[in-house]
Amino acid sequence: MQIAIMALLVMVLTGLIFGLVLAFANKKFAVEVNPLIHLVEDVLPKGQCGSCGYAGCMAYAEAVVLNPDVPPNLCIPGKEAVAKMVGELTGKTAAAVEPRIAHVRCSGSVENAVTKYQYAGVQDCVAANLLQGGQKSCQYGCLGFGTCVKNCPFGALTMGPNGLPHVDPDKCTGCGKCETVCPKGVITMQPIGAKVSVNCNSKDRGAVAKKNCSVACIGCGLCKKNCQYGAITLVNNLAVVDYKICMDKCDNPTCFAKCPTGAIGLAVRDKYIGNAVNVAGNVAV
Amino acid sequence: MEYLTLFISAVIVNNFVLTRFLGLCIFFGVSKNVNASFGMGMAVTAVMTISSLLAWLVYNFVLLRLNLTFLTTIVFVLLIASTVQLLEMVIKKHVPTLYNMWGIYLMLIAVNCVVLGVPLINVESNYTFSKSIVHAIGSGVGFGVAIVLMASLREKLRLADVPKSLDGLGIAFILAGMLALSFLGFSGMISI
Repeated sequence: MQIAIMALLVMVLTGLIFGLVLAFANKKFAVEVNPLIHLVEDVLPKGQCGSCGYAGCMAYAEAVVLNPDVPPNLCIPGKEAVAKMVGELTGKTAAAVEPRIAHVRCSGSVENAVTKYQYAGVQDCVAANLLQGGQKSCQYGCLGFGTCVKNCPFGALTMGPNGLPHVDPDKCTGCGKCETVCPKGVITMQPIGAKVSVNCNSKDRGAVAKKNCSVACIGCGLCKKNCQYGAITLVNNLAVVDYKICMDKCDNPTCFAKCPTGAIGLAVRDKYIGNAVNVAGNVAV
Repeated sequence: MEYLTLFISAVIVNNFVLTRFLGLCIFFGVSKNVNASFGMGMAVTAVMTISSLLAWLVYNFVLLRLNLTFLTTIVFVLLIASTVQLLEMVIKKHVPTLYNMWGIYLMLIAVNCVVLGVPLINVESNYTFSKSIVHAIGSGVGFGVAIVLMASLREKLRLADVPKSLDGLGIAFILAGMLALSFLGFSGMISI
């Protein structure tokens, strides 16, 4: 009997002590959570893509509410609509989001690119890249196993029959997930409305690049000479377009006309106009 | 030397996850990537050490004195759950960086069997105060080693062509089994 009473007493006492300590601690260590954070999170698209630079939508919501330096327009999939709403909620003025779209910088389709060996391993670019940089002779090109396709949170990428990923301009939100998963760094984000784009990623010297792939950028610089605005530079044997100059100044691009390999071409036009033209005839836009 | 043996035995030979099969819930839940599992390992070690310390005091100064050792399990559950809660509040208030790293894991461990198991084993084996702490740290490190190993394997596994029926947890269980088999090779190396 005595033991039963003692047991009861000990349990009640321990329960009481812990309860009181916790209750006290709850008051003493209370951290106020701003209810605005949840409101902002509700507005965000919740693709958890991380293209804002934060670990997820919740983390960005927290940052944008608590830190006055964090702009409300970092959500790239959300575009201007979300930026505006976040701006209203947080009382920050929303600068326009520069809309972006994924661009595959490779035209090395099965016919165009030379392969150095037959790859029969795990059908994944990261895995293939581990084996001497993949099966293609060009060490910069798209490997075509669709790691980007598998990782696209919006289903905007499909693997084309030519072994290159195809971007659906209506579905692509420009979140940049594919950019991070691609082991070759073939995919970049380019602004919607860019006039021309370079469809090659090869930093090899001309002769080597040409030997590996018939449509490679050989770094000849003809496009550079043909651009009167100086928007094109050559970096590591590869033409690079400064989209800002290109979009602001040029109305009638002629730079791509002289390209001996067709590595530079017209980019898909503004997707909002619904005028998806790709003159270069390149499936991977 | 005694402490070193105890530590190594807790880390490798009597690894809580892979030979005693405790804490499997978090072992599978958080072993999807190496960074998260590393954080989890650290959080478990910290919680385990603190709760072992408190549990030892409660057991030896309250339960043993009052002849109430049959209450050990239930008192420990209470003790650990509230310690973790308290720890969470304190960290949230005073070390927000650490909270961002551990926060979600702390709640997961609050009533986990591995955290309860270590103080109970300490008590059952009649460890001294310092021995229980060494044992707790060792077990935590052992848990960390196991979960980081598992996470590295699962990161590699993402590239593998796993049959649909085994995808996800199925293959993870098989992997854990193989990992446990290899850890079984250490058994008998140190007897405590």
